[in-house]
Amino acid sequence: MELTYTEEEEEFRARLRQWLARALPALPARPDPGDWPARRAYDTGWQRTLYEAGYGRLHWDAPPAQRLIFLEETERAGAPYVGANFVGLLHAGPTIAAEGTDEQRARWLEPVLRGDEVWCQGFSEPGAGSDLASLRTRAVREGDDYLVTGSKVWTSHAEIADWCELLVRTDPTAPKHRGISWLAMPMDAPGVTVRPLRTLTGTAEFAEVFLDGVRVPLANRIGAENDGWRVTMVTLAFERGTAFAGEVVACRRALEEIAAAARAGGQWDDPVLRRTLGRLNAEFRALWRLIQWNASKAGATGGPPGTGGSVLKLRYSRARQELYEAAALVAGDGGLDLDGRWTADRLTSLSYTIAAGTSQIQRNIIAERILGLPKGG
Amino acid sequence: MDFRLTEDQRALRAGTRELLARLWPPEALREPVDRARLRGLWRALGDAGVFALRLPEAAGGVGLGAAEAVLVFEEAGRVLLPGPLVATHLAAGTVEGAATGESVVTRVDGELVAWLEAADRVAGDPGLDLDLTGAVPLRSVDPLTPLHRLPRPAAGGGAGAGGHDPAAALLTAAEQLGSAARTTESAVRYAGEREQFGRPVGSFQAVKHLCAEMLVRVEIARVAVYAAAVTGDPVEIAGAKLLADEAAVLGARDCVQVYGGMGFTWEAEVHLHLKRAWTRARTWPVAAAAEEIEAETLGVGGG
Ligand SMILES: Cc1cc2nc3c(=O)[nH]c(=O)nc-3n(C[C@H](O)[C@H](O)[C@H](O)COP(=O)(O)OP(=O)(O)OC[C@H]3O[C@@H](n4cnc5c(N)ncnc54)[C@H](O)[C@@H]3O)c2cc1C
Repeated sequence: MELTYTEEEEEFRARLRQWLARALPALPARPDPGDWPARRAYDTGWQRTLYEAGYGRLHWDAPPAQRLIFLEETERAGAPYVGANFVGLLHAGPTIAAEGTDEQRARWLEPVLRGDEVWCQGFSEPGAGSDLASLRTRAVREGDDYLVTGSKVWTSHAEIADWCELLVRTDPTAPKHRGISWLAMPMDAPGVTVRPLRTLTGTAEFAEVFLDGVRVPLANRIGAENDGWRVTMVTLAFERGTAFAGEVVACRRALEEIAAAARAGGQWDDPVLRRTLGRLNAEFRALWRLIQWNASKAGATGGPPGTGGSVLKLRYSRARQELYEAAALVAGDGGLDLDGRWTADRLTSLSYTIAAGTSQIQRNIIAERILGLPKGG
Repeated sequence: MDFRLTEDQRALRAGTRELLARLWPPEALREPVDRARLRGLWRALGDAGVFALRLPEAAGGVGLGAAEAVLVFEEAGRVLLPGPLVATHLAAGTVEGAATGESVVTRVDGELVAWLEAADRVAGDPGLDLDLTGAVPLRSVDPLTPLHRLPRPAAGGGAGAGGHDPAAALLTAAEQLGSAARTTESAVRYAGEREQFGRPVGSFQAVKHLCAEMLVRVEIARVAVYAAAVTGDPVEIAGAKLLADEAAVLGARDCVQVYGGMGFTWEAEVHLHLKRAWTRARTWPVAAAAEEIEAETLGVGGG
């Protein structure tokens, strides 16, 4: 068990730190959260900058230690996180890298890394949320294409995405897990309609996507026909396993800020608040250790992180909600002000126990797949 | 960075598990542990190198580090090994006979001292300067941890005297981790075997989710304890104890619940885990102290 970084790893950190000190002042001002084109430009611009400096691939094939250092240093320096590149970098990208053909890798990976193309995730449907495998969007072969009809919902970044990782039913007669395929769908194809949905934060973070006879080339299928469920499990393992590492670093920084504000504002004298923050400090440090643990294991086996990701997802999402509840105690009346320092974060934090598999579903996964308890119930 | 057990560490864990299965099988918990029995156990543990684990080889020790000690104490926690293990282990090299298990060494923690009557020495007490004459026995909730209460808190606060010793906190946390892992396994096994309404109770989601939360607490405590052993940072150790205490206490409670009426019996081992977890959770730092230690470092700039 080794937690100190090697000399080589520390050199990487030092170079990155120097580079960040030069690159960050050149960043444009953060865009208004309601202005999607500006958000896209900002997020992809940052990815482009990373790419040009040789850091573009870090989420993919860097040794785990380098990736963790990258997350620590960029967060510490206040650099943007993946933003609109989330699905491309942490979801569709790693899936295509793991499951795609050489041609597919050549077509889709570089544009994501260069910040040229943005992806969204078309998994959930009105009738298929936790029970994702019951999805009904149909894809029927016609010549070299699939004709896709159906609807998706809660699709984040749909308004500005170029591509959608789309789950479709290619065999309606097969058992539900066996008739699914994973497609790369161009969002500008005729028949795609995006209707933004306003979230409880007040802005439109996700959308409904209606698909009416959309043509998607057969060549855009990742993995074999009807093998999409297995491919999806690869995607979700990436999502739950490593995609939250950056968030945990962000939480540790937010905790410092909340504590500093409490010290400055006098709330620090309240032992209940102090102890809550102290507890969260232990919690987030342990979550970071869990990320290091998972990353070391994944680095050793080379594959996607296993079901251990569910442990992280379940605990992290709850801790992040507790963090912003504590922030609200510090904010006092400011917690009712939408322009207050942590109000938007507190509202957003409600989604963490729902998106990417609800906490109930994570507990089912842990109980059935890790502990081996009988299915059903 | 490579945060995984090494081959040697895995082997040590497996070897310790085998050793303890022989020295302290589940039936051993059924008999009272008197002075003679404890001394026999101590000699066997001493022979196996449990107490001398961290002494340099030149001094007759095994020459291993805190990470290895944590793995051994985790195993001890799993099987509810009794006695002042942490105190004797920490006394190895300074108190004559501790390394070999010839001396049973205990220590004062706050106002309490465990195993006072069976012990030869009280750590931090070079003979007489710690006044233990007024110590009165209490009817300990844990049948395998006899406790005395001192008339007033032990003075000082230095290692061994007032009990504020991060090294002891770390090993105690490791024992809690082992206990939590054990009660989680027991609950899962029972939930898979016991049938009601024509199916295993573990197929009911309310039971499943209890078990899932138990595992999550164990896994979080595990990385916290292992990492604290590696870094040796006193704040990280306090945090690890906090999380391990919680994993052990809540794990045992949930295990009682999963066992149903059987969980409330003296016969089922689980109450022993709960009671031992309570006694360990009372050692320094208790939750409030650990949280304050963690808080102290927050929001003071640097970040
Ligand atoms: C902010 C946000 C962004 C999102 N972005 C995307 C995206 O980009 N692309 C995408 O495809 N999806 C996205 N989602 C959708 C998300 O994955 C789903 O909301 C989630 O999987 C839950 O599905 P559902 O909303 O249909 O809830 P339901 O499945 O209807 O669940 C309702 C309640 O029932 C519980 N429940 C359901 N089944 C079980 C069970 N078997 N056992 C116990 N409890 C159960 C759930 O835990 C929940 O509490 C996003 C969601 C949010 C909140």
